[in-house]
Amino acid sequence: MKNRFLAMLVSRSGLVMVCSLIAIFVMAFGAQNLYFRGDYKVFFGAENQQLQEFEAMQKTFSKNDNVSIVIEPKSGDVFNHKTLKLVTEITEDAWQTPFSTRVDSLTNYQHTEAEQDDLIVDYLVSEFADIEITQEMIDKTKAVSLNEPLLVNRTVSPSGHVTMVNITVQLPDKLDQTADVVEVATFVRGIENKYSERYPEHNFYLTGIIMMNNSFVEESMGDMMTLVPGMFLAVLLMLSLLLRSVLSTMATLLIIITSILGSMGMFGWMGMYLSTATVSAPTVIMTLAVADCVHIVSSMNYNLRQGMAKRQAIEEAIELNLAPVFITSVTTAIGFLTFNFSDVPPLRDLGNLVAFGVMLAFVLAVTLLPALLNLLPIKVPVQKQGQIGNMEKFADWVVRRQKMLLPVSTLIVVGIAALVPLNKVNDVPTEYFDEDIVFRNASDFMDENLLGVTMLDFALHTNQDSGINDPEFLRVVGDFTTWLRSQERVDHVISLSDTFKRLNQNMNADDPAMYKLPQQQDLAAQYLLMYEMSLPYGLDLNNQLNINKSSLRITVTMDNLGSGEIVEMENDVRQWFAQNAPTIDVTAASPSLMFAHIGEKNMQSMLVGSSLALVLISILLIFALRSFKYGLISLIPNLAPAAMGFGIWAVFVGQVNLGLSIVTSMCLGIVVDDTVHFLSKYKRARDKGQTAEQAVRYAFASVGRALWITTLVLFTGFMVLAQSSFSLNGDMGLLTAMIIVLALAVDFLFLPAFLLKFDKKVYQGGETEYVEQNESKTMA
Amino acid sequence: MLSKTNLKQWLSLVCLTSLLVMPAAHAQTAEEKGLEIAKERKARDRGWGDSESTSIMVLRNAQGQESVRQMRIRALEVQGDGDKGLTIFDEPRDVAGTAFLNFSHINEPDDQWLYLPALKRVKRIASRNKSGPFMGSEFAYEDLASFEVEKYSYKYLRDETINGEEAWVIESVPTDRYSGYSKQIVWTDKSHYRVQKIEFYDRKKSLLKTLTFADYKLYLGKYWRAHKMTMVNHQTGKSTDLLAEDIKFQVGLTDRDFDQNTLRRIR
Repeated sequence: MKNRFLAMLVSRSGLVMVCSLIAIFVMAFGAQNLYFRGDYKVFFGAENQQLQEFEAMQKTFSKNDNVSIVIEPKSGDVFNHKTLKLVTEITEDAWQTPFSTRVDSLTNYQHTEAEQDDLIVDYLVSEFADIEITQEMIDKTKAVSLNEPLLVNRTVSPSGHVTMVNITVQLPDKLDQTADVVEVATFVRGIENKYSERYPEHNFYLTGIIMMNNSFVEESMGDMMTLVPGMFLAVLLMLSLLLRSVLSTMATLLIIITSILGSMGMFGWMGMYLSTATVSAPTVIMTLAVADCVHIVSSMNYNLRQGMAKRQAIEEAIELNLAPVFITSVTTAIGFLTFNFSDVPPLRDLGNLVAFGVMLAFVLAVTLLPALLNLLPIKVPVQKQGQIGNMEKFADWVVRRQKMLLPVSTLIVVGIAALVPLNKVNDVPTEYFDEDIVFRNASDFMDENLLGVTMLDFALHTNQDSGINDPEFLRVVGDFTTWLRSQERVDHVISLSDTFKRLNQNMNADDPAMYKLPQQQDLAAQYLLMYEMSLPYGLDLNNQLNINKSSLRITVTMDNLGSGEIVEMENDVRQWFAQNAPTIDVTAASPSLMFAHIGEKNMQSMLVGSSLALVLISILLIFALRSFKYGLISLIPNLAPAAMGFGIWAVFVGQVNLGLSIVTSMCLGIVVDDTVHFLSKYKRARDKGQTAEQAVRYAFASVGRALWITTLVLFTGFMVLAQSSFSLNGDMGLLTAMIIVLALAVDFLFLPAFLLKFDKKVYQGGETEYVEQNESKTMA
Repeated sequence: MLSKTNLKQWLSLVCLTSLLVMPAAHAQTAEEKGLEIAKERKARDRGWGDSESTSIMVLRNAQGQESVRQMRIRALEVQGDGDKGLTIFDEPRDVAGTAFLNFSHINEPDDQWLYLPALKRVKRIASRNKSGPFMGSEFAYEDLASFEVEKYSYKYLRDETINGEEAWVIESVPTDRYSGYSKQIVWTDKSHYRVQKIEFYDRKKSLLKTLTFADYKLYLGKYWRAHKMTMVNHQTGKSTDLLAEDIKFQVGLTDRDFDQNTLRRIR
């Protein structure tokens, strides 16, 4: 039955090819439904608690997605005619930004002062750019801004060497905001270009949530543009070196392309979208598909070299490889499918997409590939070879040195794996980008010179209409604000308590002694009413107060912190309120907080996912190897590489982000291939009654080279991915590449030594039987 | 018969007739038509004298939560300049008794005073800003100020049916650069020159808000007043209903009732 099917594949090559190409075409057609989502919100499922709290807070107050334009005069002082002129001009232009609802700058800050019984609320410099900036205005701006807690450390640095214009945008509520994000970013870059030309004595830096989203888009697109072609190039190079045949390389390339097209197309049919994580799918699928093809093509080449007829050579290559390639594909798919445990939707998508791609690649490798190989006029010269391969020499060495290898390799594995706990889960969105990326550079500049990009919003709920005017509540807000400002990690706090103090002073003839909170509820309410009536469009208090004035939002900006420190800050704040004002409900929200939480949560879920992958794959191995014992033994070489990989990572990097949470699952599925091949050959020899030593030699001789080659292919593929300037993908590629190499080392050094030591029992009465020749021909 | 001279005569005739016809065809530009409608709208609303009403503002945020403001509004018509207005806040409780007096002007910033009962003082609000939210609502102060022809330049766009009424659609561009809007699109019905709808465009020329008028009632046989004005902010998802409850005309208010010195005695 099986043989007839295989024979049919070869005898009806034309039909097989046409059918599979039609099927691929139909699948690939779905790719037209694919679209790209670049915003950071894709990382959070609709059920994510932090996302829900964040969105609720945005609806209660206002959204604060932003673009910050940081301006650095080369003179080192912003308080001069030219720079202030520049700021007024940029401020006026910034209002033209698509979807903008608010612009805050040094020049449009609403400064309040008293003049007898008048309350003057006016632009610190000017609303419009077409005014003459006098020395008096410059002096006043400097005096006011450097003493105003709402401005200093945010809009202007304490030394006055940089200033910032902040644009708040309200993107329309819809699923895919990518086009809007790009539109805003493009517009603001236009402003940047315009003014860097007109004011060459100033440096400009663009950052903020919108620019981060835009970088997500640009870097993912960039990855698509560079990694996929880079990967093709690497694959071409490897294949032509390994297969030494243009036509075989072409056939393999076609399998890779059809696998990618088919899986991306199916992804499209399912109505999915591409995101920063899923753009790496083609590279991963390509890598895994190559491994399948290499096994089959080199078997065929070997058979041809032995003088076999082409049809038979292909049929036998398929028959020999069908089971191992199937099992390794399934284990790989299982590894990827456990991404479904992740809390991050794009990672789940990536897992499903690659799992599908891997199985599709398997199907194509055993249908379309033999058909193509048959149809193409591939010729391999018959060759008699009697040389002793390097693998045999290596096997000799391993057997000779087994006494030393086992303890040493065990020590190394355990030693390195022991470092794993030194890794810290840390998700800092800005650090997803390499330092040479403009956005990262701008964010780092702002962090060093003005304020960080880590933002935390705290909403304080009194649950009472007008509750924010209560003097007791205001006292708490004042104390909380003071406490926040005493924290080392806090750069800036926007708090209404400052506004209240200032108004109280203004209403009392600007008496500095009256810079304190109003002591009566009605007084506070009436001050606020008066102030609100004086503010212009876009500079109101709706971003700090809800409509019935029962809740107040305090915006805290901090240094670029790791996720652990952000969660710690959140907990400290909750603790502060539990101690000082237990009646006030506090909610915390921000993109930074969302990333801080998802990192930890996702890591826990993926640990469950990886454990399940391990159990499933081990069960599969027990069945595949038809041995409980070898299934159990396989656990060691399957787990050790990932453990070592993370151990080495701890030494060199030490920070684990979202992208790395999936590495264990993924690597389990991939490295298990080595173990499957090695153990199955070893067991086959043992079942024939050979000793452990003979079986090790046999395993090396039959699959050693194949493992070298697939490891090389996989290593190259993931190293290409590691070139991504987007660390979610780049780090994942780098660590996976490393683990794949480690896996080979474990399988070549530790595993045989382990077997030689603990699998000494002799089967079938110790009778040495000649193992059929065919088995050692797997790889030429 | 046909000669050059003849042709010349013919051509001059054609020229002459077209010259005669042209002024008729171009009797009114779109700008002129818009201005004419605005003038008629103002003219029809002249002479109401003074009025007093109770209003409720219902604020809604994107989350669907509501908040209510309550106030009494007194108004005095001023010929040749903007009207005078006095707003006394009743709800929320902590601003009850706060009184806002404004003299609206056509070509200069309005005069505004606020009496703060908690401080027992009248404070002048010295600010040119009039585009900010009124009481945290979606109405800006400038949306509530009296309509004056000179505040905008006009351009008639088209006819359209709205709320079952034939209406002119007119683009109004504020003449004051301190306005928060780049333009407004106003639907004025043909039957009574009542405004049915206004779209507000922000300074970057995006649609910001839509104001719709409903429950028009006729007072003194001449003056139409909407009892429900709904402002929806398209960018933030927030909205505000302004509900006029009890409008009385010619209740005998005079300039003395709109005096900053008597502001503190107002109940």
